[in-house]
Amino acid sequence: MNSRHFAADVVIIGGGIVGAAGAFFLRQRGLSVVLLERGLVGQQASGVNFGNVRRQGRYLPQLPLAHRSRELWGRLPELIGHDAEFTVTGHVRVVYDADGMAAIEKYAADARPWGLDLQILGNAEVHKRFPFLGPDVVGGSLSPNDGHANPRLAAPAFGRAARKAGATVLENCEVLDLQKGALDFHVAVKDGTRVTAPVALLCAGAWAGKFSTCFGEPVPLVQRGPTMGVTEPVPYGILPVVGVKSSNPADDMYFRQVKRGNIVFGGSVRNDAYLDERRAQPRPGNTLLQLPHLRRIAPALANLHVLRTWSGVESYFPDDLPVLGPSHSVSGLYYAFGFCGHGFQTGPGVGDVMAELIARGTTSIDLTPYSVRRFGETIGAPQASLATV
Amino acid sequence: MDSKNPPERRFVRLGETERRAIQVWIDGRPAHALEGDTLLVALLSSRGHLRHSEFSDGVRSGFCLMGACQDCWVRDEQGQRLRSCSTPARDGMRILTSAQEVEWARLA
Amino acid sequence: MGQARIAIVGAGPAGVRAAQALVERGVRPVVVDEGRRDGGQIYRRQPDGFTRPYAKLYGTEADKAQALHRSFDQLRDRIEWRAETLAWHLEPHALHVVRNGEAEVLPFDALIVCSGATDRLMPVPGWDLAGCYSLGAAQISLKSQACAIGRRVVFMGTGPLLYLVASQYVAAGAQVEAVLDTSASVLRLRALPRLAARPGALLNGLKLVASLRRAGVHVMTGVTPVEIGGSPRRGVTGVRVRDGRGREHAFECDAVALGYHLRSEAQLADIARCEFRFDAASRQWLPRIDQDGRSSVKGMYLAGDGVRLSGADGAEAAGRLAALTCLADLGIERSDRAEVVQLRAALDKMERFRQGLLQAFPWPHRAAAALPDSTVVCRCEVVTAGELRTAVSELGACEINRAKALCRVGMGRCQGRYCGHAAAEIVAHAAGIPLEQVGRIRGQGPVKPLSVSALAVGGAE
Repeated sequence: MNSRHFAADVVIIGGGIVGAAGAFFLRQRGLSVVLLERGLVGQQASGVNFGNVRRQGRYLPQLPLAHRSRELWGRLPELIGHDAEFTVTGHVRVVYDADGMAAIEKYAADARPWGLDLQILGNAEVHKRFPFLGPDVVGGSLSPNDGHANPRLAAPAFGRAARKAGATVLENCEVLDLQKGALDFHVAVKDGTRVTAPVALLCAGAWAGKFSTCFGEPVPLVQRGPTMGVTEPVPYGILPVVGVKSSNPADDMYFRQVKRGNIVFGGSVRNDAYLDERRAQPRPGNTLLQLPHLRRIAPALANLHVLRTWSGVESYFPDDLPVLGPSHSVSGLYYAFGFCGHGFQTGPGVGDVMAELIARGTTSIDLTPYSVRRFGETIGAPQASLATV
Repeated sequence: MDSKNPPERRFVRLGETERRAIQVWIDGRPAHALEGDTLLVALLSSRGHLRHSEFSDGVRSGFCLMGACQDCWVRDEQGQRLRSCSTPARDGMRILTSAQEVEWARLA
Repeated sequence: MGQARIAIVGAGPAGVRAAQALVERGVRPVVVDEGRRDGGQIYRRQPDGFTRPYAKLYGTEADKAQALHRSFDQLRDRIEWRAETLAWHLEPHALHVVRNGEAEVLPFDALIVCSGATDRLMPVPGWDLAGCYSLGAAQISLKSQACAIGRRVVFMGTGPLLYLVASQYVAAGAQVEAVLDTSASVLRLRALPRLAARPGALLNGLKLVASLRRAGVHVMTGVTPVEIGGSPRRGVTGVRVRDGRGREHAFECDAVALGYHLRSEAQLADIARCEFRFDAASRQWLPRIDQDGRSSVKGMYLAGDGVRLSGADGAEAAGRLAALTCLADLGIERSDRAEVVQLRAALDKMERFRQGLLQAFPWPHRAAAALPDSTVVCRCEVVTAGELRTAVSELGACEINRAKALCRVGMGRCQGRYCGHAAAEIVAHAAGIPLEQVGRIRGQGPVKPLSVSALAVGGAE
């Protein structure tokens, strides 16, 4: 047991991409930060997700946040000294029928006023531009300035940059107790470390609900595991990230080829996920279910072999939107969690927005849709402690 | 030993040569093999390598011969991938050993 | 009560003896093997149309090989035999297999995993050149295809297999340039008390060395491999080593057979969440089993080289014992106490001998730390020792799975089989921490590459 005690302006709980980016951007704004991560930075949802850096397909009012984040992705090398393999390859959503076509056309029209310009491609054109697509594809919607990155590298890169910028980033530090005193939050870590700070930023992903409940703000957060896989490397030839827009959720596969040639894929079926499980595998039957859908989008993939499958713990809200913004029961407490399987692209942006909100008291991004209050008025004591999480 | 050109063959047959002769095609050229050869042996009896290394200069010629290292995968002219150490060589097989072009993505 | 469903993965010595024990007691197990035939690696059966007699193929082990093959041939109609069938994943009570692109689920009440082993490799500069093979590969090419891996072969590494395969090559008429053992011969003397647990095996080993010397093969012990030389296009052209006095020796060759004992294929045990423990003597992680082959997971038994590298005789005993234990645990039949005691005693002897082999032919772990930065460690992804060290020093990776995530070591097609051990040694040295703390590359499904064309059949989910 050690007796380290840190005091800082902000204590961040959870070292995924949001926490790590938050720590970095808080340092840019001159605030002192302690980041507590119970494993290693970026090991959970931030490290197991598909790696899509896309704005297309998002909830429209989320686009300003996504634009802001996209701008940061493009500047990663200058910001944090690492590009996390972010590449602007375009993102194409393909459809299999007229209903799908109508849906992407509507989205394209609706998204334009929000600053997202998409190209609708008809049958002939989508096959001409992307000859790898299978015959069932009848059209698609292309977002030329979206792309993808390597989720295994991004959050760790932000964590290193935060540390380099002066943040105290503590890994293998599991939070046992989080209390709000008269002025400050007091955090007790399993190894004896203690942290004190007037502001706490909670970005503990699927585990955040337990904390928020203790502060009188329970949320309907459920955890699910993605079904991810990666193939052997083949010569690089498929540039865009490919997704599917369909009324049948089983169709909803996505894949991307990385420069080294491997094809990462996911979608279609989810697995159960367990909060006490740090590493998860998808059910083998679920991987088998995915394969015909993958072959349908790009028949040439049929010749390849899957080398590895993995899952993790992603967390979802019923309305498919995260909780972002200040707590309504505890002053100085801020939330950023529950990204419903699409929080990788917005990660840097959310970190920046939360840093702005904490440092300035206000942010240019409208956080109203993400308020924790949407799940009901707060109940119970405004100040609470956790015995165990 | 000619140190400039690739070897004409890698494996050396020490016996069991009374088996039926078969023919496999390597990069469009016919090669002599024997029934009962693995595809790997059929290839390495006429060539020094199976494929090109993906991430470095040079060629690969298999490694473990027991289906564990996955270094001996080759592809046939239809684009199918075969693990050559555990695939029997069959008469008429048509194998390509040079790096596959980006055209693979258009094979529908 | 319907018959208990027992599945066996692997039809090598352990799997065959396990199946035999079950069949003797009226059980019909399903036996799955990735290969086309039974026999595993050491008793690999030659293909149809090959004519060499057992004595020529298996030498001193000919009788054992023949006995094992005969046993299987007699069992074949009394088991559900699934050849060319890969067990690629598992869930509780469900074994996921694939054959010829057809994926099926085999339900089981108990599972006996006899997945065997592969060679264990320590990288050396140039080991990724064409013409460098594992020691086991050199043996398989001879045993199973009547081929030598090259015109002039150097054998390098350590362990009894080094001498065995080299002498098999000499006997078959291949040209063996040298046998280069990294272990100093004095270690064998020190290990004699343990090696004497199996006097027959010990004697055979000594005879092999003598026969190699008589054949004029250059045998060196206590060497430090320096480089496998050659060119990317041509492949291997030679080997350089340093002797115990620091002098360099060079050998011309067009093939190298490289190997340092074996490593257990424990991926299925890992996927099933069996507990593993760090075996300090061999510096590798092995699934924990009790003396009768029970893993930490109820209903799952492990036997043979896939859990303890005790050789073929040990595997046969372990397979039988695990099957008897399984039957007793299922309440099908109480074990014959005398037989269990006998099998346990046999396994104790094998374990003593195994410890002796480890002492006589140790894994040269210090070589990992001494590898030049430019040495390829991960053959599949071509990740060098330097890149691995950078992942430790600059990216903070102090654990092997983290190193894998950050620098790709172990992300290739072989899934860490041939790079995992050396990579862990490099990480431990670079991070200044004990090897045990670095951990092991986590087993993930599929256990081997799974075709994207795989189709679920027969009620698979």
